[in-house]
Amino acid sequence: MTDTTAVNKLDLSRWRRLLPVYGVYVALLVLVLFNIVYTDNFLEWSNLRIQLVQVTPVVIVALGMALVIGTEGIDLSVGSVMALGAAIIPLYLGYGPVPAIVLALVGGLVIGLVNGGLVAFVGLQPIVATLAMLVAGRGIALVLSSGRYKDIHDQNFIEIGTGQFFYVPYTVWIAAALAVVVGFVVRRTVFGRRLLAIGDNRPAAVLAGVPVRRVLVTVYVISAILASIAGVIQVARIGSADASRIGLLIELSAITAVVVGGTPLTGGKVRVLGTVAGALLMQLLTATMIANNLRDSTAQMVQAVIILVAVYAARERRTR
Amino acid sequence: MSLLEVTGVSKQFPGVRALDDVSFTLNAGEVHALVGENGAGKSTLIKVLTGVYRPDGGEVRYQGEPVSFGGPLDAQAAGISTIYQEVNLVPLMSVARNLFLTREPRNRLGLVDVARMNREAAEILSGYGITSDVRRPLGLMPLGAQQMVALARAVMVDAKVVVMDEPTSSLEPREVETLFGVIHRLHERGVGIIYVSHRLDELYRICDSVTILRDGKLVHAGKLADLERVQLVSHMLGRPVSAERSFTSFAGEHDAAGGQPVLRATDLNSRHHLAGVSFEVRPGEVVGLGGLLGAGRSETIKAVAGALPLDSGTVEVGGRPLRRPTPVSALKAGIAVQPEDRKAEGIALGLSVRENIALAILPRLATAGVVSERKIDEIVDTFMKRLRIKASSPHQRVGDLSGGNQQKVLLARLLATGPKVLLLDEPTRGIDVGAKAEVQALIDELASEGLGVVLVSSDAEELIEGSDRVVVLRDGAVVGMLRGEEVTTEHLMNVIAVASS
Amino acid sequence: MSQTVVTPPAKAARAEAASMRTERIVELVQRQGALAVLVLVIVVGVVTWDSFRTFDNLGTVLISTAPPALIALGMTFVIISGGIDLSVGSLYVLGGVLAAWASQFGTWAAFALPLAVCGVFGLVQGLIIAYARLAPFIVTLAGLLGARGLMLALSDQGADTYLVKTDSFKHFGTGELGGIGYPVFGVVVLFAAGMLLLYRSRFGQSVYAIGGSEDAARLMGVKIRSTQVRVYVLSGLLAGLAGTINAARLGSGVTVLGTGMELDAIAAVVVGGTLLTGGAGTLGGTIAGVLLLQVIQNIINQIGTVTSAWQTVISGAFIALVVVAQTYLARLRRVASG
Repeated sequence: MTDTTAVNKLDLSRWRRLLPVYGVYVALLVLVLFNIVYTDNFLEWSNLRIQLVQVTPVVIVALGMALVIGTEGIDLSVGSVMALGAAIIPLYLGYGPVPAIVLALVGGLVIGLVNGGLVAFVGLQPIVATLAMLVAGRGIALVLSSGRYKDIHDQNFIEIGTGQFFYVPYTVWIAAALAVVVGFVVRRTVFGRRLLAIGDNRPAAVLAGVPVRRVLVTVYVISAILASIAGVIQVARIGSADASRIGLLIELSAITAVVVGGTPLTGGKVRVLGTVAGALLMQLLTATMIANNLRDSTAQMVQAVIILVAVYAARERRTR
Repeated sequence: MSLLEVTGVSKQFPGVRALDDVSFTLNAGEVHALVGENGAGKSTLIKVLTGVYRPDGGEVRYQGEPVSFGGPLDAQAAGISTIYQEVNLVPLMSVARNLFLTREPRNRLGLVDVARMNREAAEILSGYGITSDVRRPLGLMPLGAQQMVALARAVMVDAKVVVMDEPTSSLEPREVETLFGVIHRLHERGVGIIYVSHRLDELYRICDSVTILRDGKLVHAGKLADLERVQLVSHMLGRPVSAERSFTSFAGEHDAAGGQPVLRATDLNSRHHLAGVSFEVRPGEVVGLGGLLGAGRSETIKAVAGALPLDSGTVEVGGRPLRRPTPVSALKAGIAVQPEDRKAEGIALGLSVRENIALAILPRLATAGVVSERKIDEIVDTFMKRLRIKASSPHQRVGDLSGGNQQKVLLARLLATGPKVLLLDEPTRGIDVGAKAEVQALIDELASEGLGVVLVSSDAEELIEGSDRVVVLRDGAVVGMLRGEEVTTEHLMNVIAVASS
Repeated sequence: MSQTVVTPPAKAARAEAASMRTERIVELVQRQGALAVLVLVIVVGVVTWDSFRTFDNLGTVLISTAPPALIALGMTFVIISGGIDLSVGSLYVLGGVLAAWASQFGTWAAFALPLAVCGVFGLVQGLIIAYARLAPFIVTLAGLLGARGLMLALSDQGADTYLVKTDSFKHFGTGELGGIGYPVFGVVVLFAAGMLLLYRSRFGQSVYAIGGSEDAARLMGVKIRSTQVRVYVLSGLLAGLAGTINAARLGSGVTVLGTGMELDAIAAVVVGGTLLTGGAGTLGGTIAGVLLLQVIQNIINQIGTVTSAWQTVISGAFIALVVVAQTYLARLRRVASG
């Protein structure tokens, strides 16, 4: 194993392992530097704040998605769950913001239980199970809101979306807090470690006495609840609930953030900070293109290419 | 001129020499038995023959010409067909469509002539004893019938060589007879057959010659009729028949006669796998499960560990029966299992040494769901030292460790649960000699400390030297028991050879 | 041979008979379930609403079925092959915009351009899936985004709506024969061709084989990659054609439709009995599935007082119900046949 080809191979495999993990931070840095040089007013706080506020829902949804992907699953229903959360808010805001928010989260909980049950107990493939909820979830949201766009007038509720603490909007604080919590859960809890073991080697986890079904259900429930939080925040920020538009294609943005952030689709690893960086990267990329007079259409096509490249780079060839 | 000839073939995998200068000759119209225990190199040899692997050295000649197939399809096109142990057909498609896939009969319009295909399929398969509707999905037929379809498909393409990898492992007796009939016809047509099986009586019934591999090396080749059963078994298991029982460091001789059984398995039944297996293990005792591959050793282990559904039978730990055995309940009752396939079912390769060791006992190391890093460190440190696990740090990925150290990590995870019974399925497979001795010494030590151990090993020496008693299995049933002075390779081989005649 | 695991013959025969019975029931439910529900829904509709049973309404149902049916036709191939194509909704819109724009150069151009572009799109997706071995849902989800971006770029970010100026092209969408629109006949012909392709060509056999077991198919000599590529090209072409027909019918390339079309198509295919995990399915089932969802939509419109969103809820519930039922039925079958 001392000849040169072996050494080169080793180096190459090292690069292949490092690139997906740290590539996102390098890319983010490069993009920031580019913007500092070429984009006017980039470093203005108002601009940075806009970027942060816009990326918030994706970050929150992506946190849940990262957990699901860590178990070698996928959750396509997050956009619909966001819409469901958004649809529930105006229905119960009459009782005050707290009951409305709680009920929105309960809606997410129910969808998460269904997803998790289908995956863990029925044994459906995650993509199949969550596809059903992707379709049905938005339907339920539309039915609840009678397909109508609703303005929100409750000032206390709006305050969640528009208020600030220490120059930073509440929503950004919430996203940051959730990221810290999820990071803690992954690193320091029994649940987090079991989740990773299931994603890495499910048969081994079973034989090690891990309650696989319970962990899986919990993961899908967390993902759905995070998605409904994102939905609630979105409604509070825009000041209106439109169940037909909220959360459209957010599953794609979330998966992109997770994968770009270095979490492989094959499970067994969750990179929380990478996921946040991945979401920021994609947000900044779009903003950069628009700031430099590239159209939304171009931004979408570029995003499509980046997703494919990221997934390709992160795909792990397992030695099993 | 021989039909297929292999000379001096070697194949190296990282850490393992799977084939070491092996030669093999198959003549036309010959049924050639290829035998050896797990890891002997049979599958590697077959994969070299069929172009799945390229040999590192040596030569393969087919019909007198040197060949190098690019893959199984190449080999198939040249006339070498393989029937794998697991049926490699498409279960959801109809029997006829499976039989004809990629060579369906077509009419003048270029469309598949379904009527003709079904008719021909029915005709062909009736010669294999299959009379059921060929339009039914293949997956709904019994496994034996599926195997027949695979065989029919393999032979349809004017095959000159047919490789059969344990073709009878899932067949009913009637189906075995049909298979032998087919083999006889092929034999008369001059087709060369390589027959891999562990059922000795089958081998002696239909095979002309035999090649025996062990640890990647050729140990014997010749006419089968000239070889006695006991000799065949001893070649496979790797011990001269007359060997004395030796007492090495791995000499399990534990005084356990008086204790109450810590594990008692009674009348374990599972369709196609186990037929009334009973045995017991006392604290401080190592009970070996002997028998050839496919005798039901791993299945017994899995059944006790709650990982193989039972039709009937009970498992008791310390006198208390397990209700509905599942891996979780078995673990709680104090049964720790080391599965045969370490990488697929044992350890999580992508996680660190630390995470693997702590995995099964996380709740004990946590308060309110939050794990205590300090407690984990203590446990991990204890076991890494005790088992002498060589890793750059507890945070190293297990996938980057050597096989022996991976196995030790797995054992550490089992021991961390504080088990009463250890089930070890091939604990030293695929690990180097030094680590092997260490693992063996460890097993001995654990038994001395009062653990009940069940040991499965294809290595006869390891099994005999490590066990206080040996339960011999065949076809999922107990056929013999070696105690005290009887625990010798000679007795083991005799029981295996006699039981199978 | 002493075989230790033996089932007594009489018991075996009984078990066999029982297993055959289970199997037949399972197969019936799987194959004809959608058709049975469709008939039931139609009967209820005919009895309940006067307006439902008019011939005009039949024509409306059928013509509105045409584009989703074409997309579902391609989707059936994709799903049977073990994949999924989420890009078809975007390709459908892209096809419509391209057709409307190209119609200024004549009817041929109005058909050729969208088919060419969407076909190439499918080709690229197929190549990535087959050669880079990325998950189909990721690739086609990116394709969804890419095709939408392309459509927006062509239509000034969705602001421009190209009108169809060629009457002969418009005629393809609006013409009728005996009260039934031309597109309906086109769909019938294409489904017939699709059936020949799926059931009676070697390509069709390969599609079933790779969806049923890719490993086995490879060992049996099926050309996995070329089959995969062709499946996605076919799906792209049909989505483009669906968009083209819709443009002809509406007389313009509408940029805002098409969201969720891919989900409707998947729903129709799955409701029609095709296994979402691949390897089994029929085009007859897909037709029943498409019609079922359209008829439900139509009935919801007849009722008038409930929102059309119910249709989505019903589709989703159907998908969940069908896949769960399929899983249990398959398990039942396996147990029955031992």
